[in-house]
Amino acid sequence: MKNNQIIEKVIHGIFLMLGIISVCCVLLITAYLIVAGIPAIREIGLVNFLTGKEWASVAAEPKFGILPFILTSIYGTAGAILIGVPIGFLTAVYLSKLASPRVKSVMQSAVSLLAGIPSVVYGLIGMMVLVPGIRRMFDVPDGAGLMAAIIVLAIMILPSIIKMSITALDAVPKEYEDASLALGATSIETYFRVSVPAAKSGIAAAVVLGVGRAIGEAMAVMMVAGNAPNMPDSLFQSVRFLTTAVAGEMSYSSGLQQQALFSIALVLFIFIMVINILLNFILKREKE
Amino acid sequence: MNQSISVKRKYYGMLLKTLMLLSAGLVALLVVMLIAYVLLKGIPNITWQFLSTKPGYISKNIGILPDILNTVYIILATLLVVLPLGVGAAVYLTEYASNKRVVNLIEYAAETLSGIPSIIYGLVGMLLFSNSFGTCLMAGALTLVIMNLPTVMRTTQESLKTVPLSYREGAFGLGAGKWRVIRTVVLPGCVDGVITGCILSVGRIIGESAALLFTAGFAHAVNGVLDGLASPGATLTVALYVYAKEQGEFGVAFAIAAILMVLAVLINLSATGVQKRFEKRRSL
Repeated sequence: MKNNQIIEKVIHGIFLMLGIISVCCVLLITAYLIVAGIPAIREIGLVNFLTGKEWASVAAEPKFGILPFILTSIYGTAGAILIGVPIGFLTAVYLSKLASPRVKSVMQSAVSLLAGIPSVVYGLIGMMVLVPGIRRMFDVPDGAGLMAAIIVLAIMILPSIIKMSITALDAVPKEYEDASLALGATSIETYFRVSVPAAKSGIAAAVVLGVGRAIGEAMAVMMVAGNAPNMPDSLFQSVRFLTTAVAGEMSYSSGLQQQALFSIALVLFIFIMVINILLNFILKREKE
Repeated sequence: MNQSISVKRKYYGMLLKTLMLLSAGLVALLVVMLIAYVLLKGIPNITWQFLSTKPGYISKNIGILPDILNTVYIILATLLVVLPLGVGAAVYLTEYASNKRVVNLIEYAAETLSGIPSIIYGLVGMLLFSNSFGTCLMAGALTLVIMNLPTVMRTTQESLKTVPLSYREGAFGLGAGKWRVIRTVVLPGCVDGVITGCILSVGRIIGESAALLFTAGFAHAVNGVLDGLASPGATLTVALYVYAKEQGEFGVAFAIAAILMVLAVLINLSATGVQKRFEKRRSL
């Protein structure tokens, strides 16, 4: 009997350890990024690092200003949201409210497939179709740049936006819609003035999730954005995102240059954490 | 007056309906064109020799056998580690944890993990694993373990919640201890969640590149399982990136892309298939 109790206690302990592994992982990641990212920021100076307009990590007199990367990430994400959200949102309303069950289920699997395509495949297609297409259409010397990255990102965030919006729209109680229809509103008016407002926090969460995806994407962007550390002053400028700045130089970096890359990762991580907190806040409010 | 409002409303409805149809059509077209383009460009380049040899500098041969093997090894290694961890965590959350705050903390941590971009995992994996035992598939696999932990946890947890409380009560009533109940009643009930978690994880592992570039490296050597895990190697996705971006071998890149696309379709189908099957069984 005593023996049994000991075994139960031990097993409880084992499961407790397994349970808190994810917490440990988060703490570990945060700690490692802070420890690795702080030294370079301290050496370069926080203001210089964040607001410096020039990045020349391998020059004789190296300059480590990451403002171009921060702005590129913000512009790129904003552009992707501007294109991706309306398309994704309208598709979601159509699939949730108007489409026949058959069309809905086929389209839903198509959307999950879109989510399952590896990012390097998007990058490859962007490289081979989008980049030459932009070069020809706008008659610029090189099509690789901010615009190509925005389009690729817009496509890549579509699945998360569509899926999450559909879930939110499907959960709107049927009574709301019936009441609106009974008062004489047309079906389209009902969907956009009753169902969408009722699902608004779910849709907001979908947008925030899209922002997180877009800002964190590295490989596809690296293949189409040109990767020169320019300020993003035009849509056709060859640019570097926060993610690609880290990925691009990591393999051959050392010393202060490598430490600066870790600092960029820390900045990216802070962005992501803010987005996560926002997402959680919206979702929690929806639950209540 | 009444007439004009109704015309306005009619146009409002028509406009929105057109926009919705256009958007949905665009998405559908996009999926079809992406798949068709990759398959058309890629499949002609796939030959038996391409699949069954390794690249050689002298013979100018490009084969992806090592990359296929590396992908298989990394999937096996990752699943082997992540399954016990993820299932254990899910069991703790649903069966043991009584403190609401602990549960919230763990769930919050899991959500945070699933929101972290893979390039950050790659960096931390490099600091944590590659710097301590070298760039190798195992370092990549351990990085992927952290990435996939939330997925396995969530799917297992969802299926654990569907095991009826009366089963557990019945087992307890018969005098079984907690561990015995978990082993004989709870765990068998969450097989579907574990399988779904596996499929989703495999999909993510196959598609992952940013987290592997700096942890697992990009060598193309043919190895056995154990040697393979201890030495650097590229998975299919990483190989695609290297061939397309660094070497300009677009034919090879498209061939790999076609293979990845087919795998993505298969994974997608099996995930929905498994879910449907278990749902049906449960409703019986």
